[in-house]
Amino acid sequence: MLKKTALATLAAAALVPLSQAQAADYVIDTEGQHAFVQFKISHLGFSYILGSFETFEGGFSYDPENPEASSVEMEVQVDSLNTNHAERDRHILSDDFLGADGFPTATFVSTGFEPSGEGEGVLSGELTLKGETQAIEMPVTLLGEGDDPWGNYRAGFEGSTTLTLGDYGIDMSAFPEAMHELELYVTFEGIRQ
Amino acid sequence: MWRNHRSGWGWITIALHWISAVAIIGLFVLGWWMVDLGYYDAWYNLAPWWHRSLGMLVLGLTLARLVWRLVQPAPRVPGKRLERLGAHLGHIGLYGLMLAVMVSGYLISTAKGRGIDVFGWFEVPALISGLPDQASIAGSVHWYSAVALMSLAGLHALAALKHHYLDRHDVLRRMLVARSH
Repeated sequence: MLKKTALATLAAAALVPLSQAQAADYVIDTEGQHAFVQFKISHLGFSYILGSFETFEGGFSYDPENPEASSVEMEVQVDSLNTNHAERDRHILSDDFLGADGFPTATFVSTGFEPSGEGEGVLSGELTLKGETQAIEMPVTLLGEGDDPWGNYRAGFEGSTTLTLGDYGIDMSAFPEAMHELELYVTFEGIRQ
Repeated sequence: MWRNHRSGWGWITIALHWISAVAIIGLFVLGWWMVDLGYYDAWYNLAPWWHRSLGMLVLGLTLARLVWRLVQPAPRVPGKRLERLGAHLGHIGLYGLMLAVMVSGYLISTAKGRGIDVFGWFEVPALISGLPDQASIAGSVHWYSAVALMSLAGLHALAALKHHYLDRHDVLRRMLVARSH
């Protein structure tokens, strides 16, 4: 239900600002789940905790001839967090960190794309997490595109960026400096519509 | 004509029986074929999508069929006492195996909490997920119960033919044509 409405909104939103460009619209392949939203954060400076958000959806618009016009939107279900440890997941979702009850979704809406070379560039946009919206930049790379064996056309990307948790109202002051930031990594394939 | 009668089955029962027969044999063949498809085969994603969608529809149909079977009268069963008992147990076995195959299939796809999309029309939610090793265990149950179901269904067909040609009973005819009295 949510998926349908979100996709409809997405499709409608994608049509309006980009109708003048011949950009193709893609839906992120969460159905075949060739899409991942992961993070990596220090554990007390000793090692890393790796985690993943398993439920999300989104789409993007991309035209290799006119990469500046690219745009992306994603919506992540915060409570789909998985760090391979149920009790830790519960703690991270609590008000101590992500406050998933009050802020069940995190969203990213791009505001621009600056190509820096063949198949790469810097995506800028607004990330909303725990109700706080911040402008972020994320270097992204086109990994590949082409016809898949099942009759669709796919394009795949990856990107990562560093987030300061304090910017999103997540108080990490009780933890060492190394834990105040995390690395967000996103990779997905989109299916051209 | 629509409802069952002591002398024969109604059209609803007959339709449910034959639609189930065709769909379930089709699902078995489709399932058998699709698991060996190569990753680059054009049907690699499409065949399981058909299998899941059809399977969920047949599961719904089977639940409706069971309700209909329980609320409607059943025609008289011919034959000796032991034969009647065997037939009864065989039919219970068929219903049980149908449910086992379809429920286990459902549990494979929903093992990680994702619902099953049915032909893009609606989604069957994942009610049970995250059991230890759920997809693998449900997968084994799905395969063995499907083979058992096909075997028992084969026996069921042979028994129907035996009643028709050797015993001259009307059990096969009454599953083909509804009786009004």
